[in-house]
Amino acid sequence: MNQQQFFIQAVIYLAAAVICVPLAKKVGLGSVLGYLLAGVIIGPAVLGIAGHGGEDLMHYAEFGVVMMLFVIGLELEPALLWRLRVAILGLGGLQMVITTALIMTACIFFGFSLKTSLAIGLILSLSSTAIVLQSFTEKGLMKAEAGQSAFSVLLFQDIAVIPILAIFPLLAVFPIVADPETHSGTLTADQPGWVQALIVLASVVAIIIGGRYIVRYFFRLLAKTGQREIFTAGALLLVVAVTVLMMKVGLSPALGTFLAGVVLADSEYRHELESDIEPFKGLLLGLFFVAVGVSIDFTIVQQTPLLIFSLVGTLMLLKGGVLFLLGKIFRLKHDQNLLFAFGLSQVGEFAFVLLSSSVKGGVLPKGEVDIITVVVAISMVFTPILLLINEKFFQPATGTRQAADKVMDTVDERNPVIIAGFGRFGNIVGRFLKANGVDSTVLEIDSDRVDLLRRFGYKVYYGDATRYDLLHSAGAADARLLIVAIGDPEKALELVDTAKKHFPNLRLLVRAYDRPDTFKFMDAGMLHIYRETIDTSLRMGIDALQLLGRRKYQAHRAARLFLRHDEKALKQLSAVRDDSKAYITTAREFIDELEQMIKSDINEGKKFQNDFGWDEASMIKEVNENGHGKQPS
Amino acid sequence: MAKILVLFAHPALEKSRVHSRMLYHIRKLKDLTINDLYEEYPDFDVDVEREQRLLLQHDVIIWQHPFYWYSAPALLKQWIDLVLEHGWAYGATGNALRGKKIFNALSLGGSKYAYDQTGLNRIPIRQYLAPFEQTARLCKMQYLAPYIIDGTHKLTNETIEVLAHQYAGLIKRIQENLLTSVPIENVLYLNDLLGDVQTHQTL
Repeated sequence: MNQQQFFIQAVIYLAAAVICVPLAKKVGLGSVLGYLLAGVIIGPAVLGIAGHGGEDLMHYAEFGVVMMLFVIGLELEPALLWRLRVAILGLGGLQMVITTALIMTACIFFGFSLKTSLAIGLILSLSSTAIVLQSFTEKGLMKAEAGQSAFSVLLFQDIAVIPILAIFPLLAVFPIVADPETHSGTLTADQPGWVQALIVLASVVAIIIGGRYIVRYFFRLLAKTGQREIFTAGALLLVVAVTVLMMKVGLSPALGTFLAGVVLADSEYRHELESDIEPFKGLLLGLFFVAVGVSIDFTIVQQTPLLIFSLVGTLMLLKGGVLFLLGKIFRLKHDQNLLFAFGLSQVGEFAFVLLSSSVKGGVLPKGEVDIITVVVAISMVFTPILLLINEKFFQPATGTRQAADKVMDTVDERNPVIIAGFGRFGNIVGRFLKANGVDSTVLEIDSDRVDLLRRFGYKVYYGDATRYDLLHSAGAADARLLIVAIGDPEKALELVDTAKKHFPNLRLLVRAYDRPDTFKFMDAGMLHIYRETIDTSLRMGIDALQLLGRRKYQAHRAARLFLRHDEKALKQLSAVRDDSKAYITTAREFIDELEQMIKSDINEGKKFQNDFGWDEASMIKEVNENGHGKQPS
Repeated sequence: MAKILVLFAHPALEKSRVHSRMLYHIRKLKDLTINDLYEEYPDFDVDVEREQRLLLQHDVIIWQHPFYWYSAPALLKQWIDLVLEHGWAYGATGNALRGKKIFNALSLGGSKYAYDQTGLNRIPIRQYLAPFEQTARLCKMQYLAPYIIDGTHKLTNETIEVLAHQYAGLIKRIQENLLTSVPIENVLYLNDLLGDVQTHQTL
């Protein structure tokens, strides 16, 4: 591709995305379907201006999936991973084994050899991480039961790709197609088994140790340069380097970057890395979806439409059925289970990789691969549509509301208080108010929680509280207080902005996560800001002093004084915080702030000796000096 | 015009008929600050700096409160303990409050007739208030006589309205220094200086 061609292609792809995605979102189809449709439209089926198929592009675009897993890793704490272990191994493992077995049986029935059938079964048992996660995130379902289960299954599949790639050569029954590129291959290909295992292990360890110790030092250096783009370059370098390493040792790049992400999840650079990678990830992922759309070979569809669509239908029914049954066994709630089953019923992007390598490796014949490729792509296109059907027709019947527009007509009461977010913070506020005879309207984005609370008779509405229409239908125009108890600081800030703009009648009480968060709320003009941990920490401090032998009341007084002082200091810090000259990372900012706080504690130290009214020292001094006993006692 | 600071201490204002009306009427006065202590310090965490600053900004201080167990509600005592510091309010160098005027404005549920030697409470109200008076003196302030609304359990809303209005009138006269024409030292209760509003219940 020469330069001019490249730019023309870029214009076509970008224009298609820019036109189709907003349109799709406007009519409520979601961005994934928008991208896919854009691909179909510029592809050979409609306009035919997408150049030579999507396949070339797909290789680059698959990198978007790799980046997505890096970002997912960043957002994932090891603790969560541990909590999901049953779902990952149990649900994920069973899904793959059962689905593979069923598809394999069907293939054998239709006269394929055992090896070929197994290969097809393995390929088709995978689901699309890209489509599912993107769609679920867009709908705010990742934290829900369905989201967590889907994530677990996808994670298992991503890991499973490695052994699948490893056993594929054993399944070869057709002549190997010579391809010089693929034979530049991996470092491990010609090594004996134990060396391969050792190399794989070593590279995983390298990522963990590198991520823990070296990468942080590296990013600290980059941060000190004060060049934002160098930090971005560093972030990209990290992801690409891990990808290269993984490919060289024959592991899945997606898994490698996922691991790197998890390792860096608790580092101080987490948010920087996330926001740096995010736009690349988004673009490449979009490109990937477009490429899927382009790659659908409509000549095959035209030749054998019945075969193709009955294959797609059977396949998705089978996959969805297995998922639904497993969901039942793993006790997903009905609505969550439907979402889970519909969501994962397509075949994933790894299938493309496996299919092309299986042609080259002589695992599958070219003709079948072409048909399967089309089936896979169409199943991907169907997923957002299925989710939409599920949302419109199935979910309303199950009781839990998935979309705010359905809530609108059901919010029939006008409470003085609206609580946004009924998690571990909001629920205490809400229960306390209820105990004192104040009813509140609750907006909650976690549909499981919505279910539970409804059973206890709370008026809870599912949905994203930052949406104007939901706020409006919850009675924000007539309520007096809006309690912002959402855990996600950015969402909370968004909600504050919306509420200020559209509902000036509301008084806002906001939960703040940390200091920077508090400052943002201060900037937004909030008067009632509640830092999540300050009161509890001080109560702990009081008890600590007491256990050390101090009187409880004095400890309590000291804590009150400390709080007052801390709040004063907070206001001062808020005023000067933008003066910091260098670009400093969140963690350094925190250290700086802590330093200033402690300095100010020391400066004000004498004031911490409070309550002179109960201190007799000065009276005793005066009596001893003058001796005329004018003290009150 | 003299600036008035009302140190108001009532733990259950929402249940009070008398004090809510008193506050309602005095709120209209100029140069008057109401410092609602239970609202300001629900956990008795009196901000000494703020309170001392307020005291310095005013000329006449009123301890307004219901009469609980022959004294004021606990937070007012906490306020006295913490705010009137040695070396600031009293003691050799404690002259911050010198010359300011101060008095109690209180409500009693029972009748004042219970407060004489033959009554249930044996001692006159003024004597029960001796600790406040002495506190004021030690802080070199001039203690005026207390103002009392008694028998509140039996008062009709109309009478309360009249008395609350009278209270505001009293403060206004103090503000304008109109009470100095009377020998205030000789009066046991500020009520004695007022007209015949309270003819139905003399002290």
